[in-house]
Amino acid sequence: MSTLKIKKGTSKHSAYDLRDPHSNVIERHTLAVIVDNEAGVLARVIGLFSGRGYNIESLTVAEIDHTGHTSRITIVTTGTPAVIEQIKAQLGRIVPVHEVHDLTVEGASVERELALFKVTGSGDKRVEALRMADVFRASVVDSTLESFTFEITGSPEKIDAFADLMRPLGLSEMARTGVAALARG
Amino acid sequence: MSKPMTGARMVVQALKDQGVEVVFGYPGGAVLPIYDEIFQQNEIRHILVRHEQAAIHAAEGYARSTGKVGVALVTSGPGATNAVTGLTDALMDSIPLVVLTGQVPTFMIGTDAFQEADTVGITRPCTKHNWLVKETDRLPQVLHEAFHVASSGRPGPVLVDIPKDVQFASGQYSPKQKMKTHYAPQVKGDIGTITALADAIAKAKKPVIYSGGGVINSGPAASQLLRELVAETNFPITSTLMGLGAYPASGDNWLGMLGMHGLYEANLAMHGCDLLINVGARFDDRITGRIQDFSPHSKKAHIDIDPSSINKVIHVDMAIIGDVAHVLEDLLRVWKAQGRKTNAEAIAKWWKQIDEWRAVDCLAFEQKGATIRPQHAMARLEALTKDHDRYICTEVGQHQMWAAQYLGFEDPNRWMTSGGLGTMGYGHPASIGVQLAHPEALVINVAGEASWLMNMQEMGTAVQYNLPVKQFILNNERLGMVRQWQELLHGERYSQSWSEALPDFVKLAEAFGAKGIQCQDPKDLDDAIMEMIRHDGPVLFDCLVEKHENCFPMIPSGEPHNKMLLANAETQGQITGTGAVLV
Ligand SMILES: Cc1cc2nc3c(=O)[nH]c(=O)nc-3n(C[C@H](O)[C@H](O)[C@H](O)COP(=O)(O)OP(=O)(O)OC[C@H]3O[C@@H](n4cnc5c(N)ncnc54)[C@H](O)[C@@H]3O)c2cc1C
Ligand SMILES: Cc1ncc(C[n+]2csc(CCOP(=O)(O)OP(=O)(O)O)c2C)c(N)n1
Repeated sequence: MSTLKIKKGTSKHSAYDLRDPHSNVIERHTLAVIVDNEAGVLARVIGLFSGRGYNIESLTVAEIDHTGHTSRITIVTTGTPAVIEQIKAQLGRIVPVHEVHDLTVEGASVERELALFKVTGSGDKRVEALRMADVFRASVVDSTLESFTFEITGSPEKIDAFADLMRPLGLSEMARTGVAALARG
Repeated sequence: MSKPMTGARMVVQALKDQGVEVVFGYPGGAVLPIYDEIFQQNEIRHILVRHEQAAIHAAEGYARSTGKVGVALVTSGPGATNAVTGLTDALMDSIPLVVLTGQVPTFMIGTDAFQEADTVGITRPCTKHNWLVKETDRLPQVLHEAFHVASSGRPGPVLVDIPKDVQFASGQYSPKQKMKTHYAPQVKGDIGTITALADAIAKAKKPVIYSGGGVINSGPAASQLLRELVAETNFPITSTLMGLGAYPASGDNWLGMLGMHGLYEANLAMHGCDLLINVGARFDDRITGRIQDFSPHSKKAHIDIDPSSINKVIHVDMAIIGDVAHVLEDLLRVWKAQGRKTNAEAIAKWWKQIDEWRAVDCLAFEQKGATIRPQHAMARLEALTKDHDRYICTEVGQHQMWAAQYLGFEDPNRWMTSGGLGTMGYGHPASIGVQLAHPEALVINVAGEASWLMNMQEMGTAVQYNLPVKQFILNNERLGMVRQWQELLHGERYSQSWSEALPDFVKLAEAFGAKGIQCQDPKDLDDAIMEMIRHDGPVLFDCLVEKHENCFPMIPSGEPHNKMLLANAETQGQITGTGAVLV
C-alpha cells in the first residue's frame, strides 16, 4: 500500500483525502442526491451506475420540495475509495443534479428503512413471531388466522436481523423501501 | 416582449437569437414544420448532408474550428438513430453541439408509431444532456438552456427532441435573456492549490507540461496563457492528440505529441520527470500505458474543469478544478507577483537530457524506391501547405497518426480529429463543416481509403455547396492500423484487414462532379499536391502509398513509456500477456 502524499486542503473533501486512494478496501457509502424532479432524471442516475459498472445496494426517491420541483435520491453504494470518489463526481456532472452529499463522510447521519414482513404459521411459532416483533418494536398491520404482517422501521442492519429471526418462524414475503438518510444536527 | 408563435418558428427564432449561422441537417416527416420555417427565411443557412451521421460530424468540424456551438437538425426514428455515432464522438471529445430531432406527436408516443424511436432514451448515455419537450411553451427555455449546457463547463453534445404537434402548436416565445438555470460549473481554481503549484514549479528539476484538448475547449486565451507559462518557465511541453496547436509546433519547447504513437522525447520526458503539469487532458489510456509505471517519479498537478476527470485514472497530488484560461491566469499572476524563479540550472540540465532523446530523431525515414512512403507524403503535404491558412481534419487509423506526427500546428482550432471514439468516417464530413466556417481557407482531410469510404457520400454535399475541401487519401489498400496490430499481436494473420474492390477514386470524384487526382510516383508528388491546392473546388486525391508500412514510434498496449518501439522494430509478437487484451 502506498503512502499518502496529499496535502491537506488541496481538495474540498478534506475528510476524504485522509484515506488512501489506492486502497482496495470496499466501502459502503450512503449518498443523498438532490435533483430536479423532471422526466428521466432517475434513468440518468441509474444509467450512470449501470453504464460505468458501479453498484447500487439500495435506492429510494421521492419529491421533497413540491414548489421547487426537487427530489431526493438516497443511494447506498459500495466500492473502493477511488470508485466512490468517481461516483460522486460523475453524479455531480448530471445536469439536473443540484447537490451530492456523501452522508458517510460528512459527519454522523441517521439511516432508516421501512419494511413489511408477512409471517405465516401457527402454534408456538406464531406466538414466538409476535413476541420477537414486540422486542423489535415492529407493529402488526394486518392479521389473519394463519399470518401476521409486521411493519418495522430502523437501520438496514436492524431489518436484516429481524428478517433472520423471522425466517425460521415462517417468513413468507417481505417488502423493503430501501434507505432514507439525513445528516444529524 | 414575448409574442405567440408556433413551436417550429420558435426553433428558428431561438437559433437566430443564439447567433447560429449554419445548421447541418436532413429532413423527414417529423421535422417538416421546422423545415418549412427554414424555407421562409434567409438568415440561417441550412446545409443538406447525405447522411445524418455526417450532419453531426460536420457540426463537430464547424464547432471545433470556430469555438462556437455546432447545430444539427434531423428527423425522428432513423434520423435520430443515425446521429448516435456522431453524438458519442462529440461526447468523447468534448465538442459543443445542439442537435434537434423531430419526434412523433405527443399523443402517439409509446404506440410504436411510424418512425418512432425512444430518442431521449437512446441518446441519454451519449449526450451531455437531453430533453423531450412536450409543451410548446417550454420550448424556448429548453432551446436556450441547450446552448448554455452544450457550451459551458466541459463542453458536449445536447439533444432536444421535439414532437411534431409541439412544432405546430403556438406558445409564448421568450428571448434568451429570460432563461434561468442552476447549471454553472466552477471556472475559478482554488488559489491555495494554484500557489502550491507555483511552489512546485519553482522547485522542479525535471518538469514537463502535458497539455490537452481542454486548452482548446477553453478558447484562444488559454493557448495564449499556456505559451506565456512556457516562456516564463522554459519548461518542455508535450500535448495529446486533442491538444495539438495550443502550443506552436515551431516553438522551442515543443516536444511533439506524446502517447502510444507519440514522440520518443515526449514519452521519455513524461517517464523521467519530477513534476508533471496536466493542463486540460484526461490521462487517457493512449497516454498512460501501464498505469502502475506511468511517470513513476513525478509529483502530479491536474487542471481540469470536470471534477470527474480528477483521480479517475491517475491519482494526482495537486488537483485544480477550473477553466484552463482562468487557472493559468491566476497561476501566472501568483508567479509574477511573488517574483518566483525556476531552478534554471536544473532545467538546463534536463534540457540537455531531452536533447539527447531528441537526437534519436524518432520520426526519421528515408524515401527511396518507386513507392511513396506515407511519412513522405505527409512531410511533403506539410512543406507545401504550411504557409497557407490551413485546417486539417483526419479519419481514423495510421494516416491519422502520421498526420499528427508530421504536420505542424501553430494555432488552436486548426486540427480536427476523432480522438476518444476513433470514428472512421469522421473526417470527410468534418472537413465540410470546417470549410463552411472558413470559406477562404485550405481545408484538407487526411484520410485512409477505408475510413473515407464510410462517409464518401458527402462528396455530394461538397459539390452541391461548392466547398473546396481536399480529401487527401493515403491509400494503402489496407485497414492499415488493424493490419499493424495483427502483425504485432496475431502472428501476421491478416484477417479481413485489406480493402478489396476499391473504387477508382478519380472516376468516383468525377462521377460526383469533383476533381480526382491520383499519384503513385514519388517524383510526381509535389506537382500533384500543388495541383490539388490550386484547384478551386473539391478534390479527391488518391495517393497510393507503401502497403505494409507500420506507424512508429509505438508503445505496445500495456507497456510503460520507456518500452517504446521505434522504426524498424522487431514486430512479431510484440504485444503479449495482459497487454493483448487491451485495445
Ligand atoms: C488510432 C488512435 C490512436 C491514438 N493515439 C494517441 C496517441 O498516441 N497520443 C494521444 O495523445 N492520443 C492518441 N489518441 C487519442 C486518444 O484516444 C484521446 O482521445 C486523447 O489522448 C485525449 O486527449 P485529452 O487527454 O487531451 O482529452 P480530451 O478528450 O480532449 O478531454 C479534455 C479534458 O479537458 C477537460 N476540459 C474541457 N474543457 C476544459 C476547460 N475549459 N478547462 C479545463 N479543462 C477542460 C475535460 O474535462 C477533459 O478532461 C489516439 C486516438 C486514435 C483513434
Ligand atoms: C467506425 C469504425 N469501425 C472500425 C474501427 C476500427 N479501426 C480502427 S483503424 C481501422 C483501419 C482504418 O483503415 P484506413 O482508413 O484505410 O486507414 P489506415 O490505418 O490504413 O491509414 C479500423 C478498421 C474504427 N476505428 N471505426
